[in-house]
Amino acid sequence: METYSLLREFADSWVLLSLTLFFLAVVVWVFRPGAKAVHKDAASVIFRNEKKPGDISSPSKEA
Amino acid sequence: MWDYVKLIVLAVVALLAAMAANYAHDLPYQVNMLVVMIAAVITFIYQLRHVGEARVHDQTQYMDGVIRAGVIATAFWGVVGFLVGVVIAFQLAFPALNIDNTMGILNFGRLRPLHTSAVIFAFGGNALIMSSFYVVQRTSAARLWGGNLAWFVFWGWQLMVVLAATSYVLGGTQSKEYAETVWYIDLWITVVWLAYLAVFVGTLVKRREPHIYVANWFYLSMIVTVAMLHVVNNAAVPVSLLSSISVPIYSGVQDAMVQWWYGHNAVGFFLTAGFLGMMYYFVPKQVERPVYSYKLSIIHFWALIFLYIWAGPHHLHYTALPDWASTLGMVFSVMLWMPSWGGMINGLMTLSGAWDKLRTDPVVRMMVIAIGFYGMSTFEGPVMSIKAVNSLSHYTDWTIGHVHSGALGWNGMITFSVLYFLTPRLWNRDKLYSLALVNWHFWLATIGIVLYASSMWVTGIMEGLMWREVDANGFLVNAFADTVAAKFPMYVVRGLGGAMFLTGALIMVYNLWMTVRAQPQRVVAYAGVPAE
Repeated sequence: METYSLLREFADSWVLLSLTLFFLAVVVWVFRPGAKAVHKDAASVIFRNEKKPGDISSPSKEA
Repeated sequence: MWDYVKLIVLAVVALLAAMAANYAHDLPYQVNMLVVMIAAVITFIYQLRHVGEARVHDQTQYMDGVIRAGVIATAFWGVVGFLVGVVIAFQLAFPALNIDNTMGILNFGRLRPLHTSAVIFAFGGNALIMSSFYVVQRTSAARLWGGNLAWFVFWGWQLMVVLAATSYVLGGTQSKEYAETVWYIDLWITVVWLAYLAVFVGTLVKRREPHIYVANWFYLSMIVTVAMLHVVNNAAVPVSLLSSISVPIYSGVQDAMVQWWYGHNAVGFFLTAGFLGMMYYFVPKQVERPVYSYKLSIIHFWALIFLYIWAGPHHLHYTALPDWASTLGMVFSVMLWMPSWGGMINGLMTLSGAWDKLRTDPVVRMMVIAIGFYGMSTFEGPVMSIKAVNSLSHYTDWTIGHVHSGALGWNGMITFSVLYFLTPRLWNRDKLYSLALVNWHFWLATIGIVLYASSMWVTGIMEGLMWREVDANGFLVNAFADTVAAKFPMYVVRGLGGAMFLTGALIMVYNLWMTVRAQPQRVVAYAGVPAE
């Protein structure tokens, strides 16, 4: 089988399936329990450290 | 020691560039090498005057100098790109404007890639680089990684723009749309782009926030994907080290498919993902509330990433491309509509509870119209990718109208709002010089885009219908020149729309200039002020 057909068969079977599953897993993972607090914190990152970098000695946890 | 190494390298580069210019086989190559030589000499002199100086990189401060430079470069290249666009729009309406006796330099064919590259890579590229540097520092709570590497990225990018511009007008091109730059400029882009990737990832690695904010995901996907697209699409063998001409390693339909895989994803990642990064940071900042749904933003990201990369074949419907490939491209383009609108809804709904700002803050209004145009052009795109529609729309001005509603409406407007957001902050001024002028800019740009897009719809559909019109005996009714003649009024309207957009941009430049010039610096008071 030449490279083209081989790759094509691979692409429209296993790769297609694994990419789709990966995407669905991402969606499920986004709605995992406990994500709400994480997302709330992440969404408010932009309102911290506007003028200066964070405290070098203690990573994160400002505001 | 390191200083002397730099000096030796720069001297060698200048010497080699001078020799290459001397032995050049063609004019674009020769002029480009002279530009390289001048750039190396200027950098050499700068380096010589700073030998032995200790470089201070205060890790308790953000690196904002390079972003200020980026703001200036974005505004400057924007005006240049829009100006060239207006010129070529009127050249299409009035062919006499292709002035004789300029060695072809001022012809439409030479100015057109100058326009597209100036707006996409010079204006858009600078906007992406400077805004990503701003966003990645603030959301990582860390100074840019790599010391002066960020400055190398900035100046390297400007050098690329100048090389590309001087090359195009003298006829240097590899004839790939949006990738016209010849082989040695492509190599230089790769170097600068990898440095950009290093600065960005380096900053993310040393972040002090546990989470990587979603805007950075979009920016990073843009940087990584553009690196991949650029290298694959520009794989070519130069005919000589002293010539700008090269031979692509692909041929025929493979070459076409690689080109549009690149071309469509350049739109998808450079002009969409990167600018969505801007949206996810600057819109919440300007309206002072977090993004509507962080969950949706993550799903938006992954859906966009998974779908965009497949959509390229819709540029090659009814060509030598296999039918399955163009159907695949069409299906994925239609599916792409969903994440696009998810993102639009997320951006717009961020204003929920703050819709009054639409009335009081023209910068918010600009962001909203940008997101609106994002939604409209990502609806129009999938429609045009459907084969039946494409058989009418392809090769007509409808395509040009579609591109401009995305580029002017989405990329242009969101970039303008970011410039309005950043200038007072970066130069430490209280506020913009004039909100009334922002309003003028907003309306001039919006009406300009509406004139542009609607005239292109009319002329595009008209010429598509004229091309396919046959009489009772099956003969074509119209000659090509008939369609050209019929399009004249719409071309004038399009030129006027572009002129309005350009006028708006000039007003913005004046406003930003006066923001810095006419207002006193704010008294700096760093005392744990959260946001503002």
